[in-house]
Amino acid sequence: MNSAGKEVSSDQNRRGNLKIGKLFSGDSRLLWTVLALVIILLVDRLISANFFDVRLVNDRLVGSLINILDNSAPYALLAVGMTLVIATKGIDLSVGAVMAICAAVAVVMIRNYEAGATEFYYQPGFVMLITIIIGAICGLWNGILVAFLDLQPIIATLILMVAGRGVAQMITGGQSPTFTNETLAFIGRGVVFGVPFPIYLALAALILVMLLVRRTALGLLIESVGVNDRASYYAGIQARMIKLFVYMLSGVCAAIAGMIVAGEVKSADPHTAGLFTELDAILAVVIGGTALSGGRFYLGLSVMGVLIIQSLLVGLYVSSLHPTTNLVVKAIVVLAVLLLQSPEFRRFITGPFRRTA
Amino acid sequence: MSTNGQEKTPLLEAQGLTKIFPSTVALSNVDFTLHAGDVHALVGENGAGKSTLIKLITGVYPKDGGTILLEGKEIEPRSPRHAQELGISTVYQEVNLIPTMSVAENIFLGRQPMRYGMIDTRATNRQAKQLLKDFGVDIDVTRNLSSFSVAIQQIIAIVRGVDLSAKVLILDEPTSSLDRQEVDMLFSVIRSLKERGIGIILITHFLDQVYEISDRITVLRNGQKVGEHLVTELPRVQLITEMLGKELTQTLDEKGTEASASRAAGKAYLRVQGYAREGMVEPFDLEIREGEIVGLAGLLGSGRTEVAHLIFGIDQHDQGEAYVRGEQTRITSPRKAIQHGFGLCPEDRKVEGIIGDLSVRENIILALQAKMGWFNYLSRQKQNALADDMIKALSIATPNAEKPVKELSGGNQQKVILARWLISNPDFLILDEPTRGIDVGAHAEIIQIIKRLAKEGKAMLIISSELAEVVDYSDRVVIMRDRKKLRELESDDINENTIMQAIAAD
Repeated sequence: MNSAGKEVSSDQNRRGNLKIGKLFSGDSRLLWTVLALVIILLVDRLISANFFDVRLVNDRLVGSLINILDNSAPYALLAVGMTLVIATKGIDLSVGAVMAICAAVAVVMIRNYEAGATEFYYQPGFVMLITIIIGAICGLWNGILVAFLDLQPIIATLILMVAGRGVAQMITGGQSPTFTNETLAFIGRGVVFGVPFPIYLALAALILVMLLVRRTALGLLIESVGVNDRASYYAGIQARMIKLFVYMLSGVCAAIAGMIVAGEVKSADPHTAGLFTELDAILAVVIGGTALSGGRFYLGLSVMGVLIIQSLLVGLYVSSLHPTTNLVVKAIVVLAVLLLQSPEFRRFITGPFRRTA
Repeated sequence: MSTNGQEKTPLLEAQGLTKIFPSTVALSNVDFTLHAGDVHALVGENGAGKSTLIKLITGVYPKDGGTILLEGKEIEPRSPRHAQELGISTVYQEVNLIPTMSVAENIFLGRQPMRYGMIDTRATNRQAKQLLKDFGVDIDVTRNLSSFSVAIQQIIAIVRGVDLSAKVLILDEPTSSLDRQEVDMLFSVIRSLKERGIGIILITHFLDQVYEISDRITVLRNGQKVGEHLVTELPRVQLITEMLGKELTQTLDEKGTEASASRAAGKAYLRVQGYAREGMVEPFDLEIREGEIVGLAGLLGSGRTEVAHLIFGIDQHDQGEAYVRGEQTRITSPRKAIQHGFGLCPEDRKVEGIIGDLSVRENIILALQAKMGWFNYLSRQKQNALADDMIKALSIATPNAEKPVKELSGGNQQKVILARWLISNPDFLILDEPTRGIDVGAHAEIIQIIKRLAKEGKAMLIISSELAEVVDYSDRVVIMRDRKKLRELESDDINENTIMQAIAAD
């Protein structure tokens, strides 16, 4: 068979996967994830009649949908980095703490600039660059522990998760410093063509990383290392360098997310900045179908997972439910989404009907 | 000792032991007799049933047939713990003790001497020290177990096992990570156990040690007992014949006709000199020429795979040097080896070879892609073409190139790994057990591929337990035993007899 013929046949396979009849048979992750998002949005709409309304106020779009996207931006950044880490059979618990460190670095430096420091590296542009480099260094630390010292990823990144907030506190001197510089604030609260700037950042990160991993061999090598790092090493793959890279990328993503959070509130609170975000990022990756056991990964679906979580949360805010119920409702809905995606569960539910049919 | 009369009740007697697993009969009607004060070695290749037999005796698995008698009374061990209570202790290669506790605590764990309702540490230490001294081991028992060598840890595990009133002691590969001096120390402990009338079952791959320490040998093969002998009455050649299941014949085996003569003319591709790694392989020399197939024969544990790992840079050599086409080269990682044109199909296909969740196509292009680098990505068309070519060339049975490789049969997985190397066009291939666990058809095909590759001028080093196969394709056979290269057999000397005799030679 020639290769052209092969492509046709595998294209047919791919199209076949989307047929309604195959919905219950397994590999239709994209469809079920989108479906989950649509259902949650529709429920949101039932709860709040104007949920889908988007208006232009002072040149900025406002509405629940915009809020969902805006809130999702830092999580989407984290989820992009986290997806690649998890694909290598790792996990990065430190991203929340890295956000706090990077927010602290950015804010403390920009305060020096505001206080009249003239050194070039206090210029807002350099502050952002340095913050990103700090994020990369945090990732390098994690990567060295995991790839070269063979620590378990969960332990290795737990170290920075715990220590990172301490580092952030040391950087700010235990305070929550505020700033007024509009350039740095723009990252978190800027508006371009009516759309909040963080949304562009998250989208750009998603597209860039997608291009990076799918247009080069990196994605394949990451998946290979995640499935079987020993066999990958035997095949000549630099498994350690790949692990180092994904943790560094995760650190960079966390740094940008940290600046978004700092920009939003024009301050850096080392205690709360990015707190527990690592958990939502991991959850989003899992909802997106990337298994914690490593291997195949789905960047777009991870971001979809973020949107699912945020649609749910925004829906809860606008609902008349008491805020104390939020976390429990979130947990129940997430469980429902995960069950919906599970082929085993779908078979279990649909089994009796199919037998009679 | 070996003079134990047959009329005496044996210490441990197993009759007709049988164990059936869903797909295979792991042990079939095996008798086994152990006398007090005897060291009884249990030998056989992988899958012979040694560990199944031990697991039945120690209650890890329930038996599907047969009886076990301890001192003439029938026993039904339900678990290793229960077996231990009955008097059957096992010491495994990986010591099952607690590294962070002291030696004394480890010996008396769970039964420390008490005083006023509390653990009497001093009495514990005193008794532990005395106990070890009885075996000629004088160490500080208050130090952590982990601060001692594996040999000492093993002796401590033995002492603990014996002190729990063991009558039967099972030693599973006790010496595989010990050096000669440590083996001597362990053997002196074993001898003093013999004097106390303890019966010892020894499982080991090291035949020299079998001859050194044991009184009796039972040989298992494919779940059946092939023979039981007094060690003094069993020549090595016969032992190896029984283990490998080949009849020693006087006629020469027919040698593959297309073999050697024409090929041996190639230039030297790889030469290693005095290559070695402490505790792994003793220094060996090896030369492989272009278009030549060198077989590496020896029993399991003889150091065959270790040689492959040293040459391919998976493990680092600490002595000797390597020359590729006459040029001295340091190979310190698989990546470096691959850059020099090497390829390796590893022994454990699932763990070291395939990337199970990835597709056949991705598995095939993997090594080539890794060689080309992250940014030099093969286009999808190129990938498809390469994968389809290989699927056709090696007749890999798969509906399409996108099937996850883990869903293929063993033989087809092996072909995928071969394909992975072939598309990166290596000069030198190392194949470690290329035909293990694959069906007959695929087996023949892989042998054909091997011969074809040699004809194309590739240098090949092939490890195999299948002597007939080694004889068939090898231009030269290197014999390994006890992590040493014993000798090389040249073209006309290569047949199953000479190989077995070489493995068994004193």
